[in-house]
Order: sequence, then C-alpha cells, then structure tokens
Amino acid sequence: MDQTVDEFAAAVGTVDPVSVEGAATRGGAVPGVPVVRAPVGITRIDAAEMVLECGAGTEMADVHEALAEVGQTVSIPGGGTIGGALASGVSDITRLAHGPMRDVLLQTHFIAASGKVTKAGGPTVKNVSGFDLCRLLVGAWGTLGFFGDVIVRTRPLPRSSRWFMTDAEPFELLATLYRPVAILWDGATTWVRLDGDPGDVDTTAAACRLQQVDGSPTLPGPYRWSVAPNALGELRSEPPGSFVAEIGVGVVHRSVPQPRHPTDEAIRQLHDRIKQQFDPSGRLNPGLDPLSVGVGQ
Amino acid sequence: MTDEVVGALRERIDPARVRSGSTETRLYRRDASNMTGRASVVVFAESTADVQAAVMVASRFGVSFLARGSGTGLAGGAVPPDGAIVISTSKMNRIISVDAENRQAWVEPGVLNLDLSKQIAHLGVHFAPDPSSQQTCSIGGNVANNSGGPHCLADGVTSAHILALEVVLPDGSVAVLGGEEPEPNGLDLRGVFVGSEGMFGVATKVCVRLMQNHPDVATMLMEFDSVADGAQLVSDIIAAGIVPAAVEMMDQLCLQAVEAWLHAGLPTHAAAALLIECVGPAGQVAAEVEQIRTLARARGVSNVRIAADDSERAELWKARKGAFGAVANVKPNYYLHDTVVPRARLAEVIEKVYEITARHGIDVINVFHAGDGNLHPLLVYDAREEGMVEKVHEAGREIVAFSVAVGGVLSGEHGIGLEKRDLMPLMFSEIDLSAQEALRVAFDPQLIANPNKVLPNPATCGDMHAVPDGAWI
Repeated sequence: MDQTVDEFAAAVGTVDPVSVEGAATRGGAVPGVPVVRAPVGITRIDAAEMVLECGAGTEMADVHEALAEVGQTVSIPGGGTIGGALASGVSDITRLAHGPMRDVLLQTHFIAASGKVTKAGGPTVKNVSGFDLCRLLVGAWGTLGFFGDVIVRTRPLPRSSRWFMTDAEPFELLATLYRPVAILWDGATTWVRLDGDPGDVDTTAAACRLQQVDGSPTLPGPYRWSVAPNALGELRSEPPGSFVAEIGVGVVHRSVPQPRHPTDEAIRQLHDRIKQQFDPSGRLNPGLDPLSVGVGQ
Repeated sequence: MTDEVVGALRERIDPARVRSGSTETRLYRRDASNMTGRASVVVFAESTADVQAAVMVASRFGVSFLARGSGTGLAGGAVPPDGAIVISTSKMNRIISVDAENRQAWVEPGVLNLDLSKQIAHLGVHFAPDPSSQQTCSIGGNVANNSGGPHCLADGVTSAHILALEVVLPDGSVAVLGGEEPEPNGLDLRGVFVGSEGMFGVATKVCVRLMQNHPDVATMLMEFDSVADGAQLVSDIIAAGIVPAAVEMMDQLCLQAVEAWLHAGLPTHAAAALLIECVGPAGQVAAEVEQIRTLARARGVSNVRIAADDSERAELWKARKGAFGAVANVKPNYYLHDTVVPRARLAEVIEKVYEITARHGIDVINVFHAGDGNLHPLLVYDAREEGMVEKVHEAGREIVAFSVAVGGVLSGEHGIGLEKRDLMPLMFSEIDLSAQEALRVAFDPQLIANPNKVLPNPATCGDMHAVPDGAWI
C-alpha cells in the first residue's frame, strides 16, 4: 500500500472536521473541510480462500483486473475506489443473483472519530465476531468511520456470461428461469443475463427464445428508486423507456429522483444515537446524513 | 421487585401467559449450552403487543429481559441474566404471508426453520440457512445468532436471507429495520440487528428471502486415508472455481459412531469422508462432479459413492446431521466447539485438535463444514470422571486460541453468547470492543436487553479463565 493504515489514521487526526475522498465518482469530499485519502494497493489475493485484501483507496478497476487474473471477481460495482463503493453501499445490477454489496465486506480496519484504528469483522468468509460493524459501515457514507483497509469476499468468474434481449413478460421469466443474474425491463423490452455452464446457458436461451445481445441496456439516468419488488408491475402504466427496473430486486433506474418518504421516528432516533456514539462532535464527513444522502441525489 | 414486575406484566398481558412458578423459571434457566442462569418470570408472547408490553415493563423497572426462541443455542446466548424477564416467542409461530413470485415471506419469530421450508416446498422455494438443529430451532433464534448450516457455503448465512425485521427496541418502541424494498434509506440496521444475540431488542416479524429449489442435485461421499488429503481437496475445489452447495467432513470416530447408530453404510475404515453436494442446472452439476472427481483422484480418494436417488441422498444427510445424536453411544457428555479457520489451514488445525485432545485424554469427533473452514470439534467425555470437565474446557480454550492464531475466528455460526464472551480479546483490542459496545449502547441505552453477553466486562477483559457470573459449567 502507498501508506499504512496508521499513517492514514494520523492524517485523519483526532479533533478537527475531516472528509475522505477516493476518486470522487460518488459525490466526492464534503466541501470546505480538509480532505484525506485512504491507502491504495492490493496486499493479498487468495483464490482458495475467496478473499481479497486491499487499501480502501484502491481503484475498483485495479481490483477487478487483479481478480480476473486468478479467475475471480467481487460483487462490487466498477468505477471509483473500493472504499467509496463500500461507503455508498450501492449494489450493481447483478444483485438478483449475487446479493447486495453489504454482504461482501468481511473485515476492515477503519479510522474512528477518535482517530484510532479499529478492527471490525473477521478475515474468513464465515465469521461471527460479535456485533456486525461491517454492515453498519457499508452505506454509512463515512459518517461513522473511514475505511483504512478491507478484506472482501470474492467469487469465481462464471464459465460463461451472456446478455439476452426478449419481448417476453419479465415477471414470467423471473418465475421460470433458474437463478438468472439479472432481469431488466424498461416497460417494453426485457434484458436477461445468464451465467454458468455454456451448455446450460444455450439450453435456457433456446427454451425461452432469448436473443443474445452485447450487453446491458443504457440506464435512463443516475437516480435509483427503491420499490418493493411486488410493486414493479405498477410500472406498466408508465411510458416504456422512461425507466429500467431490476425485476425481483426492486431498484428502478430513472432520470428523476424518487420523492422522499418521511423517516420513522424510532429509526431517526436510532441513527442519531449511533452517530452520537461513534462521532459525537460530528467531525467525520460533516453534514452528510445517511438517511438523506444517495447516489444521484 | 419480582412481585411488582410480575404484577405489571399481568396487567398488560393475559395472566395465564405470565408464569413465575418454579416449573417455568427452572425450565427456562438454560439453553442447549451447559450454562445456567436464573429467570424471574416467563412471558409466553403471542403478538408484537405482548412483546412490547413485556419490554416496556422491563424498561420501566430497569430489569433485564431476554427473548428466547427454541433454546437450541449452544453458546449460552439464551441463558437468562440474573432475574431476567424471559420472553418466549415460541407461540408466535405463524407464517404471515408468502410471495412466491418475488421469493419473500413474512414469518413470526417462533416459526421453526424446517417447518418454513416444508410448508413452502410446494411453491418450489426454500429458506437456505439449515442448521443441524433445523427441526427444532426457530427463525427468531436464527436471526439472533446469524445461524449457518451446511448449505450456507454457496448461499451465505442467515444475514444474507433476511430482508426486513419488525423489532421491539429495548425502550419498547416498535420499528421496521430494512424493508421489502431493496435500498431503504439510512444505515443497514437490519444487518446490524442480525447476529446481535438478543442485545438490540426482540424481532417480532421477519421478512425472509426464499431461494429457488434446484433443478438438479448430485451428492457424493468421498473416502480418504488421511484427514489431510480430504482437507486439501476442499481448497483444490474452491481454487478451481467451484463453489459446491455444501462440503462437509466427518472423521473416522464420527463415521464409526454414526454408523453404529444409523447403519447408513458409512465407510468406518476411512480416516475421513467428505460429503459434497453440487446443485444447479444439469450441465453445470455434471461438469462440477466430473471436475471434483478428477481433483479427488489427485488427492488419492479411495472410494466415491454418489447418491443414486433422493432417498439415498436423504440417508447421507441424515447421517451427517445426526452425528450429534450418535455421540451418546460414545460418552455420556459432549462439548461442541465452533471456530473458523482458513481452508488452507484445515489439515494443520485438525491435527492440532487431535494433539490437544490426546494430551488432555479426551476423545474428539470431528464433523464440520469443511467448505467454509468451519470446524466443529465435538469433545466427548464422562463428566463423572474426576477433573474431566476442567480438562474439556481447557482443551476447548486451546482449540479456539489456535484457530484464531492461524488467521481464523472465534465462531462461525453458534455465536459468542456467554461461552466465548471472555475470549473476544483473542480477536479484538479494547478499542475494537469499545466500538461494538458503542453500537450496543445506541440500541440499548439502559443496558437491559440480554446483558452480559458477547462483550467482556472491562474488568474481565484479558482474564481468559473467568467464568461468567451465575454460570454453571
């Protein structure tokens, strides 16, 4: 790594407001506050253990490239740094099969508001290590601590991975396909990604009359609406092409932001108490609130 | 104080379900671990309102409370803190709704793990976490302990299968953590609650993710002349890019004990056997089976038995999951451990387990989730033998310490509870533990939700030999 986690902790300091920035692809640092950068560099890839260890400032492109060399990948979206991706907690369009991104972080040394290096989680894929601080930190936008280094769970690259297009009903495909990686729908066209044994993919594609295409559709905008998957059928009343919905998941990609829902009071209080416990002076990424911040918002 | 608490509970909850007699309080003083606490009153909740009422009484009087599912936990997580209100959720056992299309279901916490999968089997889906106790353990208990099971290798442990939780927080307020929608605003409080061992509140409704049943399944039993060869094959399989649904190992003493009990045709002459299951579309399963057989030959596999049909598959799994029942034929008592080590260190750690137990004169049966590196050394003994219990505990501590020293963790799926509370400093510094304590205080400022579990008291921090107050070993 280009710096140790202890050196990063020293840069974070112990008292003053401070913000962390990676590649600034997810909003960047809080303006008007000193900026720190997390360590960069991959320190370990162990294919047989299905883990990768790296500095939180490591570019995702480098992570994916290094993993591909050992036939593996990680369910974290490309672009920016791994720390930024984890801090935002936003999954990619393969969530239907690969689960949400919050499940990939196994262990981290993070810098607490006190400036102290703090370990959360454990280094093995299966671990019960007390309270789950890893899941607390994923999606916390750096408001409870800054990732220093991380160990993430990897998975083997599939033997084949292909995108298809069809005008078939997306909800029927969800019911019939065996563990599709993604089903995307824009109101008229459905895109399907199938991974696995090449013969199985061929058989499924032929049976469902899927037409192979080069890749996933272009998303209509940066905004992510979060909808219960059983409510996605209501999108039929909207103009085709104005959205791309992740069927079976409930993320709807759009060009306009989702109207805000009021936050339940008990949830608001819990957030406030957690922030108070972890960063009583509010010095980490000051002004950011995980309840209102979001990608594209 | 107890009379006042019981009176307040009976004002809010049907008095027939608020029991303070010695029968109930004695029955609920322990779980499946070998530790014992003391309950002052047991509330048999039937609804969220019951749970909320009990928690509000606890909060008002400042007494501790403990939610309890089926009491199958092995780490003492459901051993009542001294004089606690025990809130049993076993009567909250309804499957509230099932959305087969989107593969979600809302259930109450007292629903038994296997009952859920059985009742939705006709819809072609199942609940993936499958602890060996799945016939009797509850979904609420699975949530509290972030439980695992053999089939969590490919699909992940409980946390990956919980979408939302309705919970009663320790101050008596009711909140929904997470949601059916994929990206609720704010922190992942759902993820934080799962595995919090009853210290962040009581789950009263659980939205679970359901998994599709598999179009094809292949189950293999592979015999090896050495534990090391079998253990090495596990790493070979994963490194080759295959993640089977399950990879379980049984060592010779385990094979012999189970065979004597169940007569499943297990290879009692083998040093170890691997039970491997591949699932998926037919082409993938066939390719994986062939690849694994090739890798196994390179590791000197002596025999491979492939289950011919569902009944033979069920027989093999019955042998695996029934291993603990077979122990009674070996010795009257057992102590089951649960640690995780890197797969590459499995052979070395098992050798160390044999060395430690032999040195203490204890028999050990190894039956475990090899694919996850999740060891379950089963120390079998006769508690009537002078000094034996102490030896078992010392051997257990040595096994846990060695597992952590080689890059492993304290627990894979049983939780920390009371059993491993004072071993937490093996993995975590005081700074690390204070961050966990901070999260606990945020959820439970009064510190009344199942206190004295998971986190060592500052006073006992570093004292690895302390036995928790009120515990009987």
